[in-house]
Amino acid sequence: MPKRTDLKTILVVGSGPIVIGQACEFDYSGTQGVKALRAEGYRVVLVNSNPATIMTDPDMAEATYIEPLTPEILERVIARERPQALLATLGGQTALNLAVALAERGTLEKYGVELIGANLEAIRKAEDRQMFHRCMLELGLDVPRSLSVADLAAAESAGRELGFPVIVRASFTLGGAGGGIVYHQGELLAKAQAALQMSPIHQILLEESILGWKEYELEVMRDRKDNFVVVCPIENIDPMGVHTGDSVTVAPAQTLSDREYQAMRDDARRVVSAVGVETGGCNVQFAVDPETGRRVVVEINPRVSRSSALASKATGFPIAKIAAKLAVGYTLDEIANDITKATPACFEPAIDYVVTKVPRFAVEKFGEFALDTAMKSVGEVMAVGRTFKESLQKALRGLEGGVKGFESARAASEEDLMKGLATPSSARLGFVKAALERAMAAEEIAKITGIDPWFLDQMAELVLFEARIAREPLSAELMREAKRLGFSDAQIARTRRSAEARVRARRQALGVRPAFDLIDTCAGEFESKTPYFYSTYAGAPSLAPVAQRAPRKTRGPKNGKVVILGSGPNRIGQGIEFDYCCVQACQALREMGHESVMINCNPETVSTDYDTSDRLYFEPLTLEDVLEIIDFEKPLGVVAQFGGQTPLNLARPLAEAGVKILGTQPRAIDLAEDRKLFGRVLKSLKLLAPQSGIAENPRQALAAARRIGYPVMVRPSYVLGGRAMEIVYDDASLKALAAKALSASEHSSLLIDRFLADATEIDVDAVSDGKDVFVAGVMEHIEEAGIHSGDSACTLPTHSLSPMVLDAVCRATKSLALKLGVRGLVNVQYAVKDGALYVLEANPRASRTVPFVSKASGIPVAKIATAVLMGRPLRRLVSAKLLKAPPRLPYVATKEVVLPFIKFPGLDPKLGPEMKSTGEVMGIDRDFPRSFAKSQEASGMSLPKAGTVFLSVKDEDKAAIIPVARELLRLGFTLIATRRTREFLVRHGLEASPVAKIGEGKPDVADLIRQKAVSLVVNTPSGKRERADGFIIRRTALELDVPFITNIRSCQAALGAISAAKAASGSDGLEVRPIQDYYRDLGPEVRSAGRRLAAS
Amino acid sequence: MANALLVLEDGSVFPGRSCGAPGESFGEAVFHTAMTGYQEIISDPSYMGQLVAMTYPHIGNYGVTPEDEESDKPRLAGFIAHEICAKPSNWRSAESLPEYFRRRGVVAIDGVDTRALTLRLREKGALRGAISTVDLDAKSLLAKVLRSPSLIGADLAKAATCEKAFTWSERASPQGRRVAVMDFGAKYGILRRLAALGAEIRVFPALTKPEEILAFKPDGIVLSNGPGDPAAAAYGARAAKALAESGVPVMGICLGHQLLALAFGAKTFKLKFGHHGANHPVMDLESGRVAVTSQNHGFGVDPESLPRFLRLTHKSLNDGTCEGLAHAELPVFSLQFHPEASPGPHDAWGAFPRFEALMSRRREASLRHA
Repeated sequence: MPKRTDLKTILVVGSGPIVIGQACEFDYSGTQGVKALRAEGYRVVLVNSNPATIMTDPDMAEATYIEPLTPEILERVIARERPQALLATLGGQTALNLAVALAERGTLEKYGVELIGANLEAIRKAEDRQMFHRCMLELGLDVPRSLSVADLAAAESAGRELGFPVIVRASFTLGGAGGGIVYHQGELLAKAQAALQMSPIHQILLEESILGWKEYELEVMRDRKDNFVVVCPIENIDPMGVHTGDSVTVAPAQTLSDREYQAMRDDARRVVSAVGVETGGCNVQFAVDPETGRRVVVEINPRVSRSSALASKATGFPIAKIAAKLAVGYTLDEIANDITKATPACFEPAIDYVVTKVPRFAVEKFGEFALDTAMKSVGEVMAVGRTFKESLQKALRGLEGGVKGFESARAASEEDLMKGLATPSSARLGFVKAALERAMAAEEIAKITGIDPWFLDQMAELVLFEARIAREPLSAELMREAKRLGFSDAQIARTRRSAEARVRARRQALGVRPAFDLIDTCAGEFESKTPYFYSTYAGAPSLAPVAQRAPRKTRGPKNGKVVILGSGPNRIGQGIEFDYCCVQACQALREMGHESVMINCNPETVSTDYDTSDRLYFEPLTLEDVLEIIDFEKPLGVVAQFGGQTPLNLARPLAEAGVKILGTQPRAIDLAEDRKLFGRVLKSLKLLAPQSGIAENPRQALAAARRIGYPVMVRPSYVLGGRAMEIVYDDASLKALAAKALSASEHSSLLIDRFLADATEIDVDAVSDGKDVFVAGVMEHIEEAGIHSGDSACTLPTHSLSPMVLDAVCRATKSLALKLGVRGLVNVQYAVKDGALYVLEANPRASRTVPFVSKASGIPVAKIATAVLMGRPLRRLVSAKLLKAPPRLPYVATKEVVLPFIKFPGLDPKLGPEMKSTGEVMGIDRDFPRSFAKSQEASGMSLPKAGTVFLSVKDEDKAAIIPVARELLRLGFTLIATRRTREFLVRHGLEASPVAKIGEGKPDVADLIRQKAVSLVVNTPSGKRERADGFIIRRTALELDVPFITNIRSCQAALGAISAAKAASGSDGLEVRPIQDYYRDLGPEVRSAGRRLAAS
Repeated sequence: MANALLVLEDGSVFPGRSCGAPGESFGEAVFHTAMTGYQEIISDPSYMGQLVAMTYPHIGNYGVTPEDEESDKPRLAGFIAHEICAKPSNWRSAESLPEYFRRRGVVAIDGVDTRALTLRLREKGALRGAISTVDLDAKSLLAKVLRSPSLIGADLAKAATCEKAFTWSERASPQGRRVAVMDFGAKYGILRRLAALGAEIRVFPALTKPEEILAFKPDGIVLSNGPGDPAAAAYGARAAKALAESGVPVMGICLGHQLLALAFGAKTFKLKFGHHGANHPVMDLESGRVAVTSQNHGFGVDPESLPRFLRLTHKSLNDGTCEGLAHAELPVFSLQFHPEASPGPHDAWGAFPRFEALMSRRREASLRHA
């Protein structure tokens, strides 16, 4: 069937900020979808609050709204743009929920907007567990027994009926949030209460436990003619009980016979058609009892998902792109297979390799959590190998988690080991290896872990062979077999107590090199036109010359190849922002006539779409893997400054191996990262830095702190990115901290800096070509210094800095960039205190804020940097005016972060020097209060317009709270406070009602929060003596979704926003406007910056 | 340690490990892209004379079970894989694949770079080859390969068929139809699908005279799949013609489809490397719907050669080749792919009800006449 011609404008909704359970896979799918719809000639209107996405780049959609993802805002966009259709299946759970909300409030009907991709009925059937179960039972399909309840009494009796353990699931929540496994009635009631609260419809499902069953997912597509294909079956190594997003998974399925697999496929087909998913991609999950083969349907997601991104990357079948085309009327047989170009998309990919996905957890931030049905991982890595063993080892080394492959966890005792095996956690595979090393039988491990013995046998082969590597001479045969099994040079070196470089030299001398094979959707049956590769050592070297492997050249004459190193798995501090920069670099290189060669191992990203670069290598970002690709590709050079710390860490060893690093050289990186060297640079430029000292023992630490003066910022010297950083206020705490930190590690030294209390922090992104420096954006943080820059809200342009300070910032940035020898991007962080400018740090690479700056100004900063790397002079990329002063914006953009506290019970939801946020949003409007209001709304914090505000602030903030309280009263809020704060307020003539502290009578603050009698909590944690009740207050507010603010500056900004929102609600609320419109208000020098790379 | 050798007629040599019975076996090397279903493939008589290489690297993971056999014994010449699993894991597994191979006398090799092999076959077309666990000298093995016969002109159906007629064991329903199956190397999967319709099934050897089959008074006749060059099985085409013209509904599958086409004057030809997989899209030209089908054939029907009364009903979306025919006047149709699947998706199971509908119509018509 041809595409629909009755549709002209299609509204696409993105998934908003990166949160646990919803990451950049939706930028990948959204970008594909938007591109596909535009290629078909539709006008695309896009709404997404996340500025770090490629999909929100101004040339992707016709009209791009970087606005809060709420039904009210979407209604306003619909009223303004009048789309005929809404495609909500590419934006994760967020977009799907919004579609339901828009339908329910009548917006879709009012404006005549049709839901395409999945209709309301289908979404409801799939999302409402009870309806879904009923539907499955009507089909005669087996499901776990379950009961849906809406209150605690019902939960209690349901628990009795089902028998423990019982699975608790909250309806309509992301990534299984609020759910979990409970083993007795008490646990059930506690969990049920929280889950009921979290479910937007106050409904939870209690389910028969199928813990330990085998778990499978089928990624399927269906079109309006009922054509149906399974793109890929995925098997989870971790059995049922661990969220799929937290499981190690493998594609294709390994342990199902054809009879069983086809029966599952038949079920999936029936499920999809009964639920009524008429067009698009869908994910159907099954559980199989390993003893009997009983198969139950677990759930269906009527949209693209994290798993569908994985399946797309694993097979070369672009699910989101095809889903978009199906949504506008095409059928599968009418769409070509992009990879072969010759066969249609109406087929099931055949793959001749094994794909393994391993999740990455933020253990270093939040500690080790036992895994359950609520997702906790922050990223993932995918690896491709000819065998499971090869792909597992590649995935594990790609994690950058310290292991170089399949390595064992340290288990001090038998008991530790058993516990490690029995408890699903990020470390469990390590315990499996430890158990195998102690010769525990695979059957025994299978019984404890629920991991299928097939996988364990494969792992046992690795353990056996590792013993041979340790024992036997490193012959060609041993080396070849080791590499076939996926052992990295580093692992071999460790096992043999040798050096990685020596092992590599030996290996290459023996002629043991990888082959690069194609991911071609068809197991080699047809010729592939798309250069999408993975490495393998499976090739038999004694063969007569092998026919076509990876062809070295793919496109016509070009200006040479350039390798771009991606950023690997998402983690806190290194996520989509860096992928954004890498994708822009690919685009820029293409524009300039270079062949871009992308290396990355993160399946969620746009950078690993085969459409993004000219050549894609799905490979771990380790020195070994990168060197082999470079040796094969022979590029002009390597771009290492866009992918964050991962490629930056590779830059030096690559340079040492003779690889040309484009742009800033490793020496300059050292200059910026080494404190002593950097101190000298600052001194020579007459720039200030906070006083600092280094201590190797507690005595030195105390001396240094006294010299500098408290409070001081303390961190161990061997960690990066704010990890384990603390602000210390007195000798006693410093002593305790120093003793702990200095004993924990042999790299024992502490860095002690003066902490600039109440300073204003500034972030600058700039590009330098060695002669000129283009300051692209100067951002002012909302929160005071001391909160990690990655967790701070910030605005562009700055809103409180004087022109003099701004000028000083620009001058300092320019001199630093030139002095450090930056070629390309640099990010500098400053603090302003009492009119003095301090340099906090400089990073000669793309920063987390580059996409924000680009979205706020419309300037493709990363593209300009790419052109500079390729030797283009800045003068030809941006105008002289911009080289003098940063772009002037006649509006304000505010970046706000989102935090994952809700996923980690027991964690104090407060900000500090260690970064914890997972993602960001942007609010853009004509002034700061409005843009701040939007940023808060977009980040999920809905600021109240009326009600009761609870105030509780530390002594240092008491003075600052007076104007805040006064303004709150003026805005019509009532105030409540605990005794001391209240007395203070009353003394200043401000009215506030008393409330009991926790433990000092009933009802206390937490009770009021629970009763929703409080509409805003202002609680600034005391740095000196953190009281337990502060934690309880913040945690309670978090769990009950009551807005809370933990620092005074944010509070001040919030007041402005509330005031603006109140004023706006008098008319018709906050207005919406596409970024393309905002850009029209910019000067010509801004609009033309970096626009014509090819001609530069 | 290489203790087996695969050699192709173009001189390619693949050392590997012996994973089955000892010996030396010659055949035409083909690659198969299904990711599951190795047991069904191994026991499918259509692979007689062929060395089957699986493109999926892990084979044998879920073992072997008697329920999944597609014939009384494997007839393929040999089996090639990247890695064959000796310790299967599945609740239905009765034995491991290497054990099965040894018990059944199948020569098998693993440790082969099957992607390299596949690309070679894709480029050069199907090649003769040998697997040996006794002669590890590549030159001498190659010389033997070059002397071995080609599949072109080989009538293997005669060897793949049953020795004497038998009745399929599954119980028929009282209202079920009587179906005669001409066995050119029939898969049990076809018989199981017919049995699922409640049919009473009698299987006849390939050389059975048409009169003998008609004497069984079948409601319908199935011309089965089977190995070898259809053009070499002239007796099959003659029988097909006689049976089709008897007015009894006939369904041809794979080789049976090719024999029907030959019977009505169309031509067959050898495909470059054949269709062997479980993911082949086939469009039903009437409904416009696509089925993902299981396929296994090295020869095809030339659509240019079709007589007027043979209508093209299905075509392959991968290469446009003929995948199904129907006779304009007679209740006769045929499919190049395997509607019974096993292995592969069940998308084309509808062919069996379609066949049943033809049988019902004829029985109703005959009742009216009576």
